[in-house]
Amino acid sequence: MSEARITWIGGPVLKACATGPFSIFEALAVGERRLLGEVIQLRGDELVAQVYEDTTGLEPGVTVVGLERPLSVTLGPNLLGGIFDGLLRPLSLATDYQIQPGAAERVFARHRLEFTVRDGDTLSAGAVFARTVAPRPQSLLVPPSASGRVEALVEPGEHRDDETLLVLVDDSGRRHELTMQHDWPVRRSRPVRERLGVNAPMITGQRILDTLFPVARGGRAALPGGFGTGKTVLQEALAKWCDADVIVYVGCGERGNEMAEVLDEFPQLEDPRTGRPLAERTVIIANTSNMPVAAREASIYTAITVAEYFRDQGLNVALMADSTSRWAEALREVSGRLGELPGEAGYPAYLSSRLAEFYERAARVTSLAGAEGSVTIIGAISPPSGDFSEPVTLHTKRYVRCFWALDRQRAQARFYPAIHPLQSYGSDVQELADWWKRSGNPDWLVQRQRVLELLEAQAHLERMARIVGRDALPPQQQVRLLCADLVNEGFLRQSSFSKVDRFCSPPRQVAMLSVLLHFADRANAAVAAGVPPARLVALPMLRQLQRLGEEFGEDDLLRLRQLPRQIDYEFDQLQPVASHAS
Amino acid sequence: MQADLLLENAVTRIEGPLLFARREARVGLNAAVEVLAGNGPPRLGRVAALDETSMVIEVLEATSGLALRGTRIRLHPEPLLFGVGPNLLGRVFDSVGRPLDGGPPVAARTRRRIEGLAINPAWRALPRDFIETGIATIDVMNSLVRGQKLPLFSAGGLPHDRLAAEIAQRARLRGTKGEESFAVVFAGIGVPHDTADQFRLAMESSGALGHTAMFLNLADEPGMQRLLAPRYALTAAEYLAFEEGRHVLVILTDMTNYCEALREVSASHGEIPGRKGYPGYMYSDLASVYERAGCIRGRPGTLTQLPILTMPGDDIGHPIPDLTGYITEGQIVLDRELDRRGIYPPVRVLPSLSRLMDAGIGAGFTDPDHPALAHQLFAAYARALRVRVLASVMGEQGLPESDRRFLGFGERFERQFVHQESARTLEESLAAGWAVLQGLPHGELTRLSNAQIGRHLGEAAHA
Repeated sequence: MSEARITWIGGPVLKACATGPFSIFEALAVGERRLLGEVIQLRGDELVAQVYEDTTGLEPGVTVVGLERPLSVTLGPNLLGGIFDGLLRPLSLATDYQIQPGAAERVFARHRLEFTVRDGDTLSAGAVFARTVAPRPQSLLVPPSASGRVEALVEPGEHRDDETLLVLVDDSGRRHELTMQHDWPVRRSRPVRERLGVNAPMITGQRILDTLFPVARGGRAALPGGFGTGKTVLQEALAKWCDADVIVYVGCGERGNEMAEVLDEFPQLEDPRTGRPLAERTVIIANTSNMPVAAREASIYTAITVAEYFRDQGLNVALMADSTSRWAEALREVSGRLGELPGEAGYPAYLSSRLAEFYERAARVTSLAGAEGSVTIIGAISPPSGDFSEPVTLHTKRYVRCFWALDRQRAQARFYPAIHPLQSYGSDVQELADWWKRSGNPDWLVQRQRVLELLEAQAHLERMARIVGRDALPPQQQVRLLCADLVNEGFLRQSSFSKVDRFCSPPRQVAMLSVLLHFADRANAAVAAGVPPARLVALPMLRQLQRLGEEFGEDDLLRLRQLPRQIDYEFDQLQPVASHAS
Repeated sequence: MQADLLLENAVTRIEGPLLFARREARVGLNAAVEVLAGNGPPRLGRVAALDETSMVIEVLEATSGLALRGTRIRLHPEPLLFGVGPNLLGRVFDSVGRPLDGGPPVAARTRRRIEGLAINPAWRALPRDFIETGIATIDVMNSLVRGQKLPLFSAGGLPHDRLAAEIAQRARLRGTKGEESFAVVFAGIGVPHDTADQFRLAMESSGALGHTAMFLNLADEPGMQRLLAPRYALTAAEYLAFEEGRHVLVILTDMTNYCEALREVSASHGEIPGRKGYPGYMYSDLASVYERAGCIRGRPGTLTQLPILTMPGDDIGHPIPDLTGYITEGQIVLDRELDRRGIYPPVRVLPSLSRLMDAGIGAGFTDPDHPALAHQLFAAYARALRVRVLASVMGEQGLPESDRRFLGFGERFERQFVHQESARTLEESLAAGWAVLQGLPHGELTRLSNAQIGRHLGEAAHA
């Protein structure tokens, strides 16, 4: 292993004089405590490195050792249900309550497993060779870099995670010893056989997303919003209720108490599809805002690498990144310390290409072993003072397919989720219409269009109403406003804290939307027939429609589907009286 | 452990707060140093960068009067530490933990790093103990819980100091009468003498001075020390909370002065400035202060932060409130217009927020209908303000009946709910909330269930 000696140190950046060969992005162990670092520049004998931990106490002369591999993480069956730092080291209760820098002692885990291969079988790269049994079955994979004929298989049963389980001998006679885990460099995407197109939405259980701005499996969505607009609550809601098999939740430069919230809540909540605790399908990567900034930069790559690992097992993975702005700021901070020429708003000129690299790792794929899996990225953005014209938001917009803009005004009225329907978009709508057709709603595209038009009209009419007064608008337009209010209150609003409404299944979404649009049809017809709008506002069922999500839970679908009849009844009552009044 | 070393005539250059010196002894990054000149008191500093022959020392106090000759540097083998122990309470310190009250130094039981170490997220316990502050807009609509960091976003001339002192005097868990051991740590960052005195008097008058430790960096003291005052204060607070098991409320005022000092230091380092000249790492730096709030599993004490900042130009989008809001768990925003109208406390509720509120209110914590009431008040007041804008354009008479009712609600809400002459219990605050909702059309109260309307607003449902 090559060694170097520190010649200069300031903050998380150091310069060292190398006595052996180093390569760019090689991982380093710095000093006695073996702090983790990474080479970022090489100039002759001098190397420049960033250190991922607190550098207090380092001084010139201290030894830096090259680890002969890029910054890597260990992937295996220990990840699900765990909480890790930005470099995928477990954050356990075994250590002190304050994080001490340096490599912690390795803790070994044991897993019971069954092999899916026999001696003499030939395995390709990325193939499954064993499965762990209980609590949650997981596949063990051949690393993408190895393949060959199986030799020296151990007995099935319980094994320690660093034991050699089998040996693969490849065509050139090289032997690969496999354990339950393997290492993978975080900045390199894991190879796949083929990237696939859009075929299905990732169901989030949030009406405004699934119905208006759906994200595809393997898609990419951005969630920008100023502070207090509900980014984190929404990310957590998605992590809880979306229909992915595995959730990777990375808190990148965010609050420690939010991580505590996730750790507190997830073990108690039940996955509606499997009945198991939600924590068991979740990997939490926590790099809170007061943890070292360079590790914050790495944590995003760590998270996507973990997500790809589960994707390669044939699973659908959702990656929640909160927040990509903090990651971009970490890039800026490190870049500043290196004295690089700043670009827009001080960010390095390569910000855009780094963002592209990251978001491109989301995809639906056929893995090397032939399994179909996906990684969907949902990246939160925290734009300074909520201004979407700043570099991180602008560049992200170029690479994502869905843009879920959070709106401060909605949030201040406690209208959650505070996604602004006119500033947001989803680009895979046409492709996903087929899925809705297959799932029993051939009218989805039309209904969605009607809702969007209604909301667009609302914005326009409200401007008018502000000048002339609502009562002065023509009756048809007053009804449009009424219906738009109803769609907002009864459909788009959804409380993450309500036991009834925190999750909304696609059938319930369809039923709710049908009810509201039926009301709109009847209301338009009634006004056209001369009923004054004031009478519609007084309809007794209006209150029920405004609270539709709260009043009709997943168990009340039948009752919900009866509502159009009640609407008909109330409108039928209205007609004769109305002709009197007008 | 290495012993302290004294370097003489090693300084080669002085630039603002930075001292460039020959590295004539072994020393590590971030090591604490004392700079000695003449007979003056030692000035604290730390090693900011090192190479093989030289080092850069950041002096954390004024550098005026230092000369290249005759300036001695005492090197410590460790980063800046603060010796904390019993009897911290009832004392007044300067920004680097030296007694200002003429009393003896505190006998140190442990010496803790003033920078603190990040709390392992796995060790954090979710804050969920509701704190009753006696202020309706906070207790009902933006509830504070133990272990939270909830800043006051204020502006020059607004009564934030009075509000903070009141909260410090009253903040109790419900049902207890202060028998639990609590403590208040006050860090004055660039505050005027009178502000510090007022706070001391307020605590004295309520008999709480014995539970209070004050760390003062006054307005006429060097800017560099403003970066230290909150760190020494929080180090003491962490000791009181996690070693002595007290419930500690830390008041940091004024964080705007802190950020100004940060900008000054950054400029002197020649760093590339970010937004409005503040350094790009201001987010991380503020986080290293704010993130020291919290609860730890299995430890009885808690650390709650109430930072106060004055928004430059009353602008909530300014980098200081903006970055603070991204780190803290909500904010309480004070408003000049309400203040002018004589409403106290002038809390502007719509942009105010408490993120941890949902964990600490509702059934089993406060009142089962508390969350719905809070949401309904927010929604109704947002509507009332929209209507108020309409009314200013076309007059109250041009509004539909339901809008006029919301207009009346807005006025009642500000005069009878936000405004309060004295402290209210949570029950009184909740009752005030239900009372101001009376008179609104029940059909429009979409955040309340029929049962809730029946319970609190009477059965007569008129749409």
